[in-house]
Amino acid sequence: MNAALHRFIELDLLPMLAGAMAALTCGLLGNYLVLRRLSLMGDAISHSVLPGLVIAFIVTGTRDPVVMLVGAGLSGVATVVIVELIRRFGRVDPGAAMGVTFSVLFALGVFLIEQAARQVDLDADCVLHGQPELLGWTVPADFGELLSPVTLGAVPRQIWILFAMLLITLAFITALFKELRIASFDPQLATTQGVHAGLMHYLLMVLVAAATVASFEAVGSILVIAMIICPAVTARLLTDRLGSQLLVSAIAALIAALGGYWLGALGPSLVGSEISLSAAGTMAVLAGVLFGVALLASPRHGVITQIRRQKHLASRVLVEDLLVTLRRAERSGESSVSVGRLRPILRGEATRAVELGERERLIRRRGDSVELSEDGRARADAVLHVHRQWQSYLIEEAGYLPDHAHEAAERLEHVADASAMNPPEASGSAPDRS
Amino acid sequence: MRVDSGGQANRTKAQDRARSVLDARPEHSADSPVSIHAMTVAYRRRPVLWDIDFDAPARSLVAIVGPNGAGKSTLIKACLGLVPMASGRVEFWGQPLRQARGRIGYVPQRESVDWEFPVSALDVVCMGRYRKIGWFRPVSRSHKEVARACLDRVGMGDYADRQISQLSGGQQQRVFLARALAQEADLYIMDEPFAGVDAATERAIVVVLRELQSQGKSVICVHHDLATVGEYFDSALLLNMRVVAAGAVGEVMTQQNLHKTYGGRLTLLSEASEAVARSGV
Repeated sequence: MNAALHRFIELDLLPMLAGAMAALTCGLLGNYLVLRRLSLMGDAISHSVLPGLVIAFIVTGTRDPVVMLVGAGLSGVATVVIVELIRRFGRVDPGAAMGVTFSVLFALGVFLIEQAARQVDLDADCVLHGQPELLGWTVPADFGELLSPVTLGAVPRQIWILFAMLLITLAFITALFKELRIASFDPQLATTQGVHAGLMHYLLMVLVAAATVASFEAVGSILVIAMIICPAVTARLLTDRLGSQLLVSAIAALIAALGGYWLGALGPSLVGSEISLSAAGTMAVLAGVLFGVALLASPRHGVITQIRRQKHLASRVLVEDLLVTLRRAERSGESSVSVGRLRPILRGEATRAVELGERERLIRRRGDSVELSEDGRARADAVLHVHRQWQSYLIEEAGYLPDHAHEAAERLEHVADASAMNPPEASGSAPDRS
Repeated sequence: MRVDSGGQANRTKAQDRARSVLDARPEHSADSPVSIHAMTVAYRRRPVLWDIDFDAPARSLVAIVGPNGAGKSTLIKACLGLVPMASGRVEFWGQPLRQARGRIGYVPQRESVDWEFPVSALDVVCMGRYRKIGWFRPVSRSHKEVARACLDRVGMGDYADRQISQLSGGQQQRVFLARALAQEADLYIMDEPFAGVDAATERAIVVVLRELQSQGKSVICVHHDLATVGEYFDSALLLNMRVVAAGAVGEVMTQQNLHKTYGGRLTLLSEASEAVARSGV
């Protein structure tokens, strides 16, 4: 058997798997929190789960995973209830309610953990950051033995818990896809349709709490919080259907988890460095980087698209201003205007305007002067027509003063091309109801 | 699954009290799509609706009319169990809500949902079918076809695959209407369907309402535009915390009643109690 592969399976496979499963579980559930504008709820629950864990430990005296999950689930529900109560009776917005709840509960947890940790080993540091690197697996050298009961028995229980959580989450969001959709989109209709929106809400929150706890030990709460929010908002930027959003968020979560692990644990050794980064940290950072990329490059909502659109609009406005200027000159008997005289009118961008106009064959150059082409004249007339319509609309319908209307119409004439425009002609006044 | 024993067993004391009040009142009609009995609703101890009694006539278009803060939306939400009642009882065709749910279509106010939500117009209309589809099952092709036909009825067939944020306000309202149609209900309860819509949408909605009526269905709309009540509706319920008047539009929409609803002492009272609620505690 290949020694390097063996080493990979023993040291890296399980931490990688744990990260991927935690990221998938949290990433999928996070979609519903983001859509309900409860993104901070992931934060709130993952913090306030801490006192739940400690209290469960103090009450039962064990760190049995089932006990921990129940404790966390209960504190998750308690968090949701407290947030709801504060929001309703404190008359504050949900963000503030969540902030108050989780910071106080987390502090309570830290306090309790310090008391409890004197007797046993509950490490606050480990809860926060998690230590996926510690999920080693002792594997026999023979590959045939890899899936034998003994070898599988050596898989740490965190992995099994995460695996179970992932399966439950997948079952939950596939079986209840349409119920979750209606309860998230329109809770009132959901309730009248017999899908109790409140019940769905609490089911979801219990699941978030359970996923948080399941992921805690393996990957830490920082990664949990990042994975609840980042993949979902990344997918939100790239899609406009719930199904595809879920899929894209899952892919983003996987890339962040696997890529992040590679960067943290394997990356440094590849460049010959001895340092090793916290894998949970690099995963979370990569999730953030993915979001950044989506924010810049999203085809519809992305920053780059917006800038490009603005540039496009700006050059159109510039060219149209040039055309209108030339047309007005033409009407007062000048068939061509020198570039020098255009400068003050076009605010120093005359040269660019002339270049753009020439490229679109809207104007012709005659030595130092420019004149309108046939197309350019038609376009200028169209713009002037829209300008007049806006001007009369603004004065007659919107009650602008004539000198203000000209300025406003100057801006609107560029926005309103035939498709976007109808205010002045089509529906000038409010619907007639006589 | 769901066991319905009429909910008789868990009647509370308050409801019993309401019952005894009811006994003193004339019997409500079982033919009525909605009868409201002695309904009182309060938000944080401030009464919003006070002792409402109303029988909606069957197979007619009913407008609920009243000033802002009169409790119009609250009234229909309380009927649908979305807002708890302090006391009172609501029956649909003589049955409790639980049994009648499948026969009631609801159109909430347009602003009540997030229109940036990642769903298409068709997805939204399909939501009206969820009750018929049942839990856990995906939306089948036949249900999608019904939803598509409903979009066609409101003139939105070409927009089925648009994401809902790309629709205008009027188009969004029509999608909501189509969703209610997809519920194939016998009673439609709508919260301000005409609010802030364009003329084309307003006409489309009116056509659909008339169609529903001709099919023997009943419609109850919260309506804000006094000028069109007479044209669009058969009956009206004038509301300002209490029922000011109810009946056929021609009889109810009198100068005197409107003055009572909008300008009279009741408004002053509610304004005073609002002011108290704002300033105090």
